[in-house]
Amino acid sequence: MLSLENVSRTFGGFRALQGVSFEVKQGELLGLIGPNGSGKTTLFNCVSGALRPSAGSIRFRGEEVGGLTPDRICHRGIARTFQIPRPFKKLSVLENVALAAHFGHMTREPDAAARARARDVLRLVGLPSDEAARPGLLGAAGLKKLELARALATGPALLLADETLGGLDLEEMRQAAGLLRRIRDEMGITIVWVEHIMATLMRVVDRVVVLDHGEKIAEGMPREVAEDPRVIEAYLGEKLVLG
Amino acid sequence: MDPLLVAEAAINGILLGGVLALLALGLNLIFGVVDIVWIAYVELVMLGMYAVYWLVTLWAWPVVLAGMAAVGLVAILGILVHLLIIAPILSSPPVNQLLATGGLLFFLQSFATFLWATDHRSLRLALPILEVGGMFLSFARLLAFAVSLLAMLGLYLFLTRTYIGTAIRAVSQDREAIALMGVDARKVYIVTSGVGGAMAGLAAALLIIQYSVHPYFGAAFGPLTFMIVVLGGLGNMFGAVVGSLLMSEVISVGGIITSTEMAYVVAFVLFIVAMFVRPEGILSRRE
Repeated sequence: MLSLENVSRTFGGFRALQGVSFEVKQGELLGLIGPNGSGKTTLFNCVSGALRPSAGSIRFRGEEVGGLTPDRICHRGIARTFQIPRPFKKLSVLENVALAAHFGHMTREPDAAARARARDVLRLVGLPSDEAARPGLLGAAGLKKLELARALATGPALLLADETLGGLDLEEMRQAAGLLRRIRDEMGITIVWVEHIMATLMRVVDRVVVLDHGEKIAEGMPREVAEDPRVIEAYLGEKLVLG
Repeated sequence: MDPLLVAEAAINGILLGGVLALLALGLNLIFGVVDIVWIAYVELVMLGMYAVYWLVTLWAWPVVLAGMAAVGLVAILGILVHLLIIAPILSSPPVNQLLATGGLLFFLQSFATFLWATDHRSLRLALPILEVGGMFLSFARLLAFAVSLLAMLGLYLFLTRTYIGTAIRAVSQDREAIALMGVDARKVYIVTSGVGGAMAGLAAALLIIQYSVHPYFGAAFGPLTFMIVVLGGLGNMFGAVVGSLLMSEVISVGGIITSTEMAYVVAFVLFIVAMFVRPEGILSRRE
């Protein structure tokens, strides 16, 4: 569904990504991990259009999307969430999601349909869908859910989820991981998931890609990857704990 | 001092505040969304006033129709200013942006002088003066105020009840996140510039029935509009309305008590003091 071939991105002399290649299959829940500064977010930025790759090709459903603007990429069916939620604070929760439902599709949905879909998505993630709910009243978990709801409302085929668990307590993490699984299982949305909290991620994903210093150093089943000496070295000798 | 005169001045202040608020809102809307201050904004108003003037005097259009034409013409002008001048310098340093829109100001002033000379031109409409409880109120001002209120209500509904209006508010908060929702910020800029232009056009139609137009009309209202926008807080729409009413009251009532010139002095001194106390605008919340 998504295929990256030799994707590189440099900032001045710094190589944030160097010749990264991997495939994401339709219906897959793929974990993307790596130490801080390994290029995970840069990779997301390249796929979602915030950054233009310096070299290489990003193909989505057979078409090149590398270098398209973010709104075009959104219309092609790729959505992303931010690690630190970026809600429109002066808009209601419903307006936040309805905007995505209305503008996220190639063919603009009529008013009522977009609002109805926004409400459906809010119900799915477990947020209030009344007009009065404001982002300012949501806690950390609520804001993460809003971030997901906005991405889902654009009707994506592929979701790039950036650190959905950061800042959540254990129970909230369990719920959020369950939600990602449901999004994949029930809505059939392919997911690439960047996460620092390894134990939860490794339990949920089908496959893992590991980045270090902008290069792909491993790819495979969670258990294989956790045993990979290069991965263990990248994580300063710590062995990844599998739950 | 006759209290009736002061009351009359106070009412005139509110009436003037309505039209000023229209200008402050238009300028503020563009700044909030596109993040560039249009120094030449009130020069667009001047061109709109000329448009009404010529349509009425040369082609004998009814004033109302000419006014509506001015709204459309200045809206188009606003879009052209964005596409030709603003869009190419969106990511330039602020000082370059200031120079570009400031350059447009001098260009439009000079061009208007070249075309129409420095004559003060007035429509000379015979609009009635109403007497209410001993006070004399100009019908033109009442009309301008009423239309301004309706336009503000319209703008409010547009920004809150439509998707494109909601997108305009969202772009002013986070232009990167809105792109991920499938919104092309460039299109939002064009719509915003058109709406801002339409507000300037409407203000032009409401001002030409009260004042005469000349190429330096912007020199009178331009600085006042900027002061109001900054006073209310750049990007703060409600602040723009409050700032307009406040400043027009100071100028109108102060003008009756002392002189118009002195009232402007007082207004600008108040502005400077307000900037020391609340640099983010009078309605800003302190963090």
